[in-house]
Amino acid sequence: MEYLTTIGLEVHVQLRTASKMFCSCPHRYGAPPNSQTCPVCLGYPGVLPVPNRQAIEWTMLTGLMLGCRIARYSKFDRKSYFYPDMPKNYQISQYDLPLCEGGYVEVDLENGDTKKVGITRIHLEEDVAKSTHHSTTSAIDFNRAGTPLMEIVTEPDIAGPEEAYAFLTSLKQILTFGGVSDCNMEQGNIRCDANISIRPVGQDGLGVKTEIKNMNTFSGAQRALAYEVERQKEILNSGGRIEQETRRWDDVSGTTELMRSKEDAHDYRYFPDPDLMPMVVDEAWISRLTAEMPELPRTRKARFERQYGISPYDAGVLTADPELALFYEAAAAGSADAKAAANLVSNLLLHALAEAGMEIGSSPVRPEHITSLVNLVAEGTISSQIAKDVFAVVFETGRGPEEIVRERGLVQVQDTDQIRTWVRSVIEENPGPAADFRAGREKAIGRLVGAVMKASRGKANPQLVNEVLREELTRGGV
Amino acid sequence: MSERTANGMDIDYVAQLARIGLTPAERAKFQGQLEAILGAMRKLDELELEGIEPTAHAMPVHNVWREDRAREWDVKDAALRNAPARMQDSIQVPKIVDTSG
Amino acid sequence: MRDVSTAIRGGELSCREAVEALLERIERFDGRINAYLDTTAEAALARADAMDRGARGEGRLWGVPIGIKDVIAVEGAPCRCGSRMLDRFLSPYDGTVVRKLKDAGSIPMGRLNMDEFAMGSTNENSGFGPVCNPWDPAYVSGGSSGGSAAAVASGMAYGALGSDTGGSIRQPASLCGVVGLKPTYGRVSRFGLVAYASSLDQIGPITRDVTDAALLFDVICGHDPQDATSLQRQTPATSAGLEGGVKGMRIGLPREYFAAGLDPEVEAAVRRGVETLQGLGAEVEEVSLPHTEYAVATYYILATAEASANLARFDGVRYGHRCSEPEDVTDLYFRSRAEGFGSEVKRRIILGTYVLSSGYYDAYYLRAQKARTLIRRDFEKAFERVDLLAAAVSPTPAYALGACVDDPLQMYLGDILTVPMNLAGNCGISVPCGLTAGGLPIGLQLMGPPFAEAELLRAARAFEAETPWHRKQPDMAVLEQRSAEGA
Repeated sequence: MEYLTTIGLEVHVQLRTASKMFCSCPHRYGAPPNSQTCPVCLGYPGVLPVPNRQAIEWTMLTGLMLGCRIARYSKFDRKSYFYPDMPKNYQISQYDLPLCEGGYVEVDLENGDTKKVGITRIHLEEDVAKSTHHSTTSAIDFNRAGTPLMEIVTEPDIAGPEEAYAFLTSLKQILTFGGVSDCNMEQGNIRCDANISIRPVGQDGLGVKTEIKNMNTFSGAQRALAYEVERQKEILNSGGRIEQETRRWDDVSGTTELMRSKEDAHDYRYFPDPDLMPMVVDEAWISRLTAEMPELPRTRKARFERQYGISPYDAGVLTADPELALFYEAAAAGSADAKAAANLVSNLLLHALAEAGMEIGSSPVRPEHITSLVNLVAEGTISSQIAKDVFAVVFETGRGPEEIVRERGLVQVQDTDQIRTWVRSVIEENPGPAADFRAGREKAIGRLVGAVMKASRGKANPQLVNEVLREELTRGGV
Repeated sequence: MSERTANGMDIDYVAQLARIGLTPAERAKFQGQLEAILGAMRKLDELELEGIEPTAHAMPVHNVWREDRAREWDVKDAALRNAPARMQDSIQVPKIVDTSG
Repeated sequence: MRDVSTAIRGGELSCREAVEALLERIERFDGRINAYLDTTAEAALARADAMDRGARGEGRLWGVPIGIKDVIAVEGAPCRCGSRMLDRFLSPYDGTVVRKLKDAGSIPMGRLNMDEFAMGSTNENSGFGPVCNPWDPAYVSGGSSGGSAAAVASGMAYGALGSDTGGSIRQPASLCGVVGLKPTYGRVSRFGLVAYASSLDQIGPITRDVTDAALLFDVICGHDPQDATSLQRQTPATSAGLEGGVKGMRIGLPREYFAAGLDPEVEAAVRRGVETLQGLGAEVEEVSLPHTEYAVATYYILATAEASANLARFDGVRYGHRCSEPEDVTDLYFRSRAEGFGSEVKRRIILGTYVLSSGYYDAYYLRAQKARTLIRRDFEKAFERVDLLAAAVSPTPAYALGACVDDPLQMYLGDILTVPMNLAGNCGISVPCGLTAGGLPIGLQLMGPPFAEAELLRAARAFEAETPWHRKQPDMAVLEQRSAEGA
């Protein structure tokens, strides 16, 4: 039987603030256990939370980037449940008045279409601690507890695991462009839960859904959802019934397992947190944020194609990462040839960075280096072949291309007399190809050009070499 | 042996939510006392509260927050000083079986 | 408190001597009163010595030891909140009020007994035994700041801090014959106050007289960025205009506070007190707070709901009591909390959990939040007509020990005259206004709108200056004798 899949996601995103949500502790990843804690994030007796303004503002900014309505009145609530990773045994979260509601993320589908996945709401809460499990005990590290955590809830608009992956990728791009999160999956900056159901084609109402938790990477999410679709299909195909339950994804075994059934559903006893005052947002604040809002990835990609005349593919590569996009724009700014700059960045630079295991942020090649390389070629000072060599040296040393070109005498030889000397000796040493060319075999000139370039150690201007060769060959023939 | 009092409280369910173990004697005593207390609380049913705004805070203040500046707490090892059981730099509990979230 | 301060300032008394004098009295009398859970003598003496060695500071409370209710955090000191749950717990930080006391040169001293987690009106809910009333140890001190009130009444503290969620400063002050001020919600930082009901809790002074209360309040009040509910607005020191009198002040008598159930001796003393104020030039009129009868229900729903979340952190994981050999995390929670908490705390947590639980929130919690709005409006309306309100604090004088232990509802109903003010966020004070025939103190409660501490203290001071009650003290010799007989 054919089935339709319906998925809704809850994406948890750690904000890249300097301090935690309700106290001043930093939340650096990888710090020694419990070294980034204080009485507040440890839930000590007598402490009080004070909210981080930046986290509130970044949640609103995210809402604006996703086209949400920003709440004019919002508040924090306590969500009660007992768990050792939760210092107060209640989480400060938002229940009925989240900071943002509505909105969407545009997702490119495999067939080339674009789809809008609806956003139900975005609210702000605090992350919990991390526990490590041993044979009979668990050890808890509260460094992560209290990290500002944005929960983005989608509508059940996602039609399959691949689409979920594409959605997460688009969302991540927007969040990194907005500068609100590092979205580093290895560090748990972005994690998601899913609600998923299937129904036979032709059935109107949605099927019974299960909730999948513990998906820590986008590819993990895609695999988990694919697994769950198959699991549900098998049950339905064998005449069984799907139980409404929460299941846990195990990335190692590649399976989901039962965590709790519907009967064990939590009674969270939400109520307004008396320690925290409501938030009132006025038009002025929203206008300021709107003005500060960065260009979204899709808009920027379209602009790159238009403004720099580069291919959709290159524009896509260059806008995938906000830092890279900034890098490229800086490089293109003074370049005589924006397309050549795009080639250098998206081919040479990204390749070299990948090989060295580096990020764009730590690139030894700076945007101005790319600009001068592009311009050196455009002015004819060096050949594009030499440009590649110079790039390699810049990458290695971090020194400027002009300096390298000057020092190593890589300046292209434009002197026709010098070139003629090389050309004559090459014709002399290669009577075969010379004769071939004279006999009308145009292609034979390629070998001769190559030989001249070799003789000049790459420095001869290929255009001139070509011209002089033709002159000499034709003259000799007369 | 879950049962509700006249005022609707399933004391076992509520004690479970609150993670408080009750002895049979306590349970019996509380059941009667809580029933009487809830009865007295139902006095609020007399009030016409349609359209009345709920009060969550004693003072009508809003937008209270702090700037995003990090400051490490300088008391070394403080997180663990009061811990009933620890494992190196972490707090130890019996093995957690994951049912959270 | 002022005497000690003056003596230290004048060089007649060293800081160490001020501490030692208290320690001696505690040694002599506290066996019978049980006001101190811990004297923190070592830390107090160390601080006193350091101060004696150094230059004399300008602080308003230089060298004066102030007793601290066990619910307020002092770095390095126990903070058990009267509970076995926090038996070996040491606070790693100072609460804001403690920092302010230290900045003023005071020596925070001792951990004063209280009802467990501030839940109670008799102090019999302490995990470490009840506090006895210094006027007659067969009677309760009141609660939950019973240790603070009894220590001040018996001269075992020059002044103390308490906390008031539904009357926990005013009521024991009234029953022990001392002055207790509950400030406007948000005027004193709650950072470092272990929360019972966060939207109602407020720290305040308990002292021998009104002038001391004003002095101590001036030291501890003020905006605190570590408490998001702390108010920005600043007002002049209350001490300054303290002697301004009550001439022309309008004082309202809430009709509902003089209803049936008020003990005749209490009523008589309070009415005499009001007459005194009238004699001093205050204009007295009757006013109405029509929703008073709903206040106890409203209070107990809201306070226990907040408490159920506030006390969830006491789980035996990061600090506090952990049961022996827990089988798993669930067992750890259930047994640690069953063993650590006393009956009243368990009862209130269960009640608060229930009123927030699925299906009951609207019927209880939300209704109570709305009723709170009505109670607030009652006060707002009354304060359009009058400057202050006057009434009793407790409908009865102190109960005999054990009289109310198994009837929590009866005990809750006794809070009728104090809880409405916490719900409204107003300020209030209890000043001694008489003694019963049996020799137990009675307090007069004055209540003001938000930020009216100065007017409140001025009226209380005028009353005090005209009456002998604040100078009366329990006969400690009799107490000592009884104590010896009992031993």
